[in-house]
Amino acid sequence: MDFYNFTSLTHSIHEGLAKSFSPFIATTIEWVLVGLAYLTFVALFGLFLVYAERKVCAAFQQRLGPMRVGKWGLLQTIADFIKLLMKELIMPRKADWFLYNLAPFIVIIASFLAIAVLPFAPGLQSLDFDIGVFYLTAVSSVGVIGVLLAGWSSNNKYSLIGAMRSGAQILSYELSVSLSLMTMVVFAGTMQFSAIVEGQRDAWFIFSGHIPAIIAFVVFLIAGTAETNRGPFDLAEAESELVAGFHTEYSGIKFALFFLSEYINLFIVSAVAATVFLGGWMPLHFGNFESFNHVMDFIPPVIWFFMKVLGVMFIIMWFKWTFPRLRVDQILTLEWKYLLPINLINILLMALVVLTKFHF
Amino acid sequence: MKSFIEYIVSIFKGVWTLLVGMKVTAKYFFTPWNHVTQQYPENRDKLVMFERFRGEVIMPHTDNNEHLCTGCGICEINCPNGSIEIISKSIVTPEGKKKRIIDQHIYHLGMCTLCNLCVKACPTGAIVMGQKFEHAVWDRSLLTKVLNQPGSKIAEGVKE
Repeated sequence: MDFYNFTSLTHSIHEGLAKSFSPFIATTIEWVLVGLAYLTFVALFGLFLVYAERKVCAAFQQRLGPMRVGKWGLLQTIADFIKLLMKELIMPRKADWFLYNLAPFIVIIASFLAIAVLPFAPGLQSLDFDIGVFYLTAVSSVGVIGVLLAGWSSNNKYSLIGAMRSGAQILSYELSVSLSLMTMVVFAGTMQFSAIVEGQRDAWFIFSGHIPAIIAFVVFLIAGTAETNRGPFDLAEAESELVAGFHTEYSGIKFALFFLSEYINLFIVSAVAATVFLGGWMPLHFGNFESFNHVMDFIPPVIWFFMKVLGVMFIIMWFKWTFPRLRVDQILTLEWKYLLPINLINILLMALVVLTKFHF
Repeated sequence: MKSFIEYIVSIFKGVWTLLVGMKVTAKYFFTPWNHVTQQYPENRDKLVMFERFRGEVIMPHTDNNEHLCTGCGICEINCPNGSIEIISKSIVTPEGKKKRIIDQHIYHLGMCTLCNLCVKACPTGAIVMGQKFEHAVWDRSLLTKVLNQPGSKIAEGVKE
């Protein structure tokens, strides 16, 4: 459907700017516009996610969740955000001033870098690398540097233990994330996100790649949950053991940055799962049901994308509020003894499937 | 080979147990009418506390202003923190016998831990736990209550 294509819109904005400004200024203005758009989106979506998480968590525990601020507690996270903004920024006396202040920004910048390659809709993607998947796995592991710096510079034993756990965990699970994505790259034959989405026009990869794709999807969900430091893999900030882990000593807006980046990472993992396995913004199509496919085409791609993302997010929240936290050794056992061998075998299986053309 | 089979089996067993857990929480999630949260000030009119809830010690009186308390003082002895004081008086019955009866059953709600020992110890079942829980008052002296109503007397046929 050309009606829902954003390419012409972005092109006309670009041409309008190019007519009235010199190329350098036009490009700068575009950068600022794109940055502002992402900032607004991330801030609003982060607020919504915190609310959604609290409501979903409450429902899983047979509670109601926030109900007082606004109708059904809808304004709760906005009130929390205003409170965080007004809080005093406290720094431990013997903390490393430079690294302590740098760490939140590294974490949040890594999240922003990763979000840039995600295709929200046709034409609504700011960076379309031909090595998009590789870029994403690369920048998503930059965040762990910020976590380690935060733990180290806080000069607090709980922060340091939390950061070390987080480092060990993210470095291990990065392998599984990359390998499961690589399985799908083998299947798609490209690393470019727009091309991966385009390849799912007839059937989403999780359907057309059948068994290996489903295994890769499950492994990606588990490893992605671990990479975002969410429960049941939240031992980096285990409240009952480490106060709050690496962000124990942070307050006010710096804490809010850590908090926000955690939710952006959740969004990124869900969005990547939705893009690579569930067809991104592609509507649901079934082989020869022409009328059904036409009806599905009428739903805008942005809606499709966010429906899939929210669906994957719900599964990840379901994990978090069902399973108890794993110990450090259990986490490493799960990765190195289970997920990694499964992944390696799965890649071979996928290569076989591709070579024998045993897919739909 | 045996350990390899165990390894494979352990994967499927692990996934199975996780799915069982997820089924439980999914049941909670998709049955929102079973949620336990009470929206307290709003549902104040309809809120019914459950039977075994311990809000305060009360002494039920019949319509004829009769209670079951003999003034034996066992509740006072059993109270761990001295929340109960029994003041008794002697009367002369119509038959000419001297008899001790309850004058005031004083109950300090401010000191009571609602441990239920007095209710369990009471030989005649004169005191029970009430369900009222909104006890906030402006003056501490209001928390000292006299449980037997003025002019009340012991019911007929209570064994002493």
